[in-house]
Amino acid sequence: MALTGIQIYKLLPQTNCKECGYPTCLAFAMKLAAKQVELSACPYVTPEAKTQLAESAAPPIRLVAIKSDGYEAKAGNEVVLFRHDKTFYNKPGLFIRVYDNQPLDAIKATVTEANAYAVNYVGMDLTVDGFVVASMAGDPNAFTTAVQTVRAISKRPIILMSRDVNNAKAGLNVLKGETPLIYGADARNWEAFADLAKENKTALGVVAGSLAELADLNDKIKARGVEDLVIDPGGRDLGSGLALGTTIRRLAIKKNFRALGFPVITFPGDIGDPGMESVHAAQAITKYAGFIVLDHFNPATIYPLLVLRQNIYTDPQKPIQVQPGIYEINAPKPESPVLVTTNFSITYFSVANEVEGSGLPAWLLVTDAEGMSVLTAWAAGKFDAERIAKAIKGFNVADKVSRKRVVLPGHVAVLSGELEGELPDWEVRVGPREAVDLPAFMKQAL
Amino acid sequence: MPIDIPKDNWPGTVRTVTLGATASEGGTRTSTVVVGGEKNLPFLHFESKAPHRTAVAIEIKDHRPDDWSTLLLDAWGEAVNDPIQWAKAAEAAGADLIQLSLSQTAIDGNPTTPEAAVKDVKDVLGATGLPLLVFGPGQAEVDNNLLVAVAEATKGERLVLGIAEDKNYRTIIATAMANGHLVNARSPMDVNLAKQLNILISDMGMPLDRVLMDPTTGALGYGIEYGFSAMERLRQAALQGDAMTQLPILVTPGYEAWKTKEAKVEAGVPASWGDWLERSINWETLTAVTLIEAGADVVVLRHPESVRRVKLAITDLMAAEYTLA
Repeated sequence: MALTGIQIYKLLPQTNCKECGYPTCLAFAMKLAAKQVELSACPYVTPEAKTQLAESAAPPIRLVAIKSDGYEAKAGNEVVLFRHDKTFYNKPGLFIRVYDNQPLDAIKATVTEANAYAVNYVGMDLTVDGFVVASMAGDPNAFTTAVQTVRAISKRPIILMSRDVNNAKAGLNVLKGETPLIYGADARNWEAFADLAKENKTALGVVAGSLAELADLNDKIKARGVEDLVIDPGGRDLGSGLALGTTIRRLAIKKNFRALGFPVITFPGDIGDPGMESVHAAQAITKYAGFIVLDHFNPATIYPLLVLRQNIYTDPQKPIQVQPGIYEINAPKPESPVLVTTNFSITYFSVANEVEGSGLPAWLLVTDAEGMSVLTAWAAGKFDAERIAKAIKGFNVADKVSRKRVVLPGHVAVLSGELEGELPDWEVRVGPREAVDLPAFMKQAL
Repeated sequence: MPIDIPKDNWPGTVRTVTLGATASEGGTRTSTVVVGGEKNLPFLHFESKAPHRTAVAIEIKDHRPDDWSTLLLDAWGEAVNDPIQWAKAAEAAGADLIQLSLSQTAIDGNPTTPEAAVKDVKDVLGATGLPLLVFGPGQAEVDNNLLVAVAEATKGERLVLGIAEDKNYRTIIATAMANGHLVNARSPMDVNLAKQLNILISDMGMPLDRVLMDPTTGALGYGIEYGFSAMERLRQAALQGDAMTQLPILVTPGYEAWKTKEAKVEAGVPASWGDWLERSINWETLTAVTLIEAGADVVVLRHPESVRRVKLAITDLMAAEYTLA
C-alpha cells in the first residue's frame, strides 16, 4: 500500500532546503505521494528512507509477465477487490495444457487449433494467451520433445510444468531468450528451482498446501533472489478456491502483505469434466486469478470465457462505446426502415442483436449520445430531435433509402413531434420501448 | 509464518425469505425454499457459513413458446405442450422451484384470459409440490389482469408474483398482500432504482420478508458486467446496514442468455463460436454462475444441462471443508 504524504514526510530530512524545487519537505512529500515527482530530486534522503519508500511504492500485487518472442501474458498490479471500486487491470491469461505423454499428433492438433483461434467480440479479436506443457512421463527427453513440438507450432508464451528441476532445465533449453514460467517450486525442491529461475531470469510458480507455508516459501525464494513469483495456494473446488483467492487478494490490497502479493495460478483443467471446467474458469476470472490453465480446448467453451474476461475487465468508469454511424443489419434495401438508437455499447448490442435475430433487414442509426443509454441520454439532453436529425443528415441516410421512414425508441416517443419538425420529409414512427419487442414491432407495424 | 486472515465484519444481514407454503402454513406445497439470511459476501464460509443454498428455478411456459430456441424445445420434448408434464419434467431435472411464465396470447392466438391463467397455475400446483413463481407476460396491464386473478385463486400459497416494476407495482403488491403471496421487484441494473422500488413497496405496507429484488442483468457479452456490479454493490449496501437493500436477489440468466444470438442462432455464425448446443449451455451456465458469485439467491434457468452444472457449482461453493491459514 502506498504511503501517505505525512508518512513520506517523516522519512525525509525535514530541513526545507528547497533544493528539490519545492518550498518545504512536506510539499515535496505530498508530490511524492501523488507520484508527480521522483525521490531522486532530494539530494539528502538517506539510503534507509530510500529503501523504505521504494518498497512502499511497489504495487501490492507484483506484476508478472510470461514472455515469448512477440507475445506476453501479464498478471498482477491489481488495486481493488471489486471492479466497481475502480477497475480490474490485467486480464488473467488463459493457457491450454498439453502433456508430454500424449501422442505428439494429439499435442500438435490441440496447439494448432488453439494457436490459430481468434474470435471477434465488439470489434476486438480475442485469443488464448499461451500453452502449458506438463511433465507426466518423468523423462527430460520426452519433456523436451513436447516443448519443441509446441514451440514449433506456436510462438505464444509457455508455462513449463514439472516438479523435477531436470525437466524444467530441459524445457528451458528449448526456450532460450524467452521468459517462461516454470512451475514449480515446493517445500522439497525450492532451492534448485529458485536457482534455475534466477539463472534464467524466468518467473517461478510456487506451490504449497497452506497460505502460511506458501508465504514462508515465497520469502525464502525471494531471499534467494527471485522476485517474479506466481502462486498456487491449492483449493481445486469452487468453495475453497473462492476463499483462498479472496483472502490472498484481501491480504495484498488491505494489509499490503508482501509474502503473498503475487498473481495466482488456477487449474480448472484439473476438474476433468469439461462442462464444469468452464464454470471453474469463470470463477477464476471474476475472483482474482492471474493465470488460468485449461485442459480442453473447445471454441464453444473458450469463446464465452474470453467474453466473460473482457466484460469483467471492462473499466466501469468508461463504458464501451460504439462508433456513431449507420449500420447495416441483415442486408437492408432502400425501402428498409431506419431504426434510431444511441452509442452506448449495451444499447447498441441489445438493439442490433434483436434486429439481427429477427432476420428482418434494417438500417440502424447510432447517434453520438456520449455512450449513454436511451433514457439516460434523453434525460441528460444528449439524445434529442436535433441530434437525431443531425445524425441523419451527417451520415447521409437519405441517400441510402428510398422510403424516408425513421423509428424512434418508445422511451423517447415525446421527441416525435419535434423530429417531424426537424425532418419535414421523413415519416417519424414510434417503436417499442424495449429492444426485445423490436422483432414483433417490425413484423407487425413496419 | 502465522497469517492473520482478514475477515469482514458487516453490521447488516439480508432478510430471510420463505417461498411457498405447506398445508400447515396455509398452502399446498410439499416443501418450501428458504433464501437469504446472508451476513457476509457470498460463500465466504470462513467468516460466516452461508445460511442457504442458492435456489435454482426452472422456467416453464403455459404453452409451447414460439420464440424459444429449438435447443430448449428439443431438450424438454413433448413436455413443452403441457405445463403439467413440463413442471414434472422440470422437477425431475432438479429444480428447487418452478417459474411458470404466462404468455401474452393463448395457443389459438387470442389474449390469455385470467381464467386460463388460473387453470394453468392450478394445474402446475397440482403437478408438483415445489414452490412456484408466476410471471406475467411483462406488459403492465396484462400482468395486472392475469396476476390478480391468479393471486386470488391461490390464496396462501406464498407464490412469487412477477414482475413488479415501477410502472405497475401497486396492483401486484396489493394483491400479493391481500392473498398471502410474495413479489419479485424488478428494476433496471441500478442500485438506487432497486432501492427506490423497495421503498415504494415497503411504503404500501408490504412486509419486506415477502419481497425478492430483481436488479436485472444482461447476459454474458450483453452487459453482464453491469448486472454483476449492481448486484455486488447492492449486497454490500445490504451488509452495511441499508434496510431497503436487504432483500434476497432473484435474476433470470436463462431468459437473458437464451435471447442472445449465441444461443439462438445455429447457422451463419462464425466457426469460432463453436458447437451450438455446448456454446448455448455455457452461455446460460456462465451467466448464472457469475451472478451467483455476485450474490444471487435465486437463478431462473431454462436448459436441464445448465441446471445440472449450476447445481453442481452451488454444491461445490457451499462446501466449507477447508482451512485457510
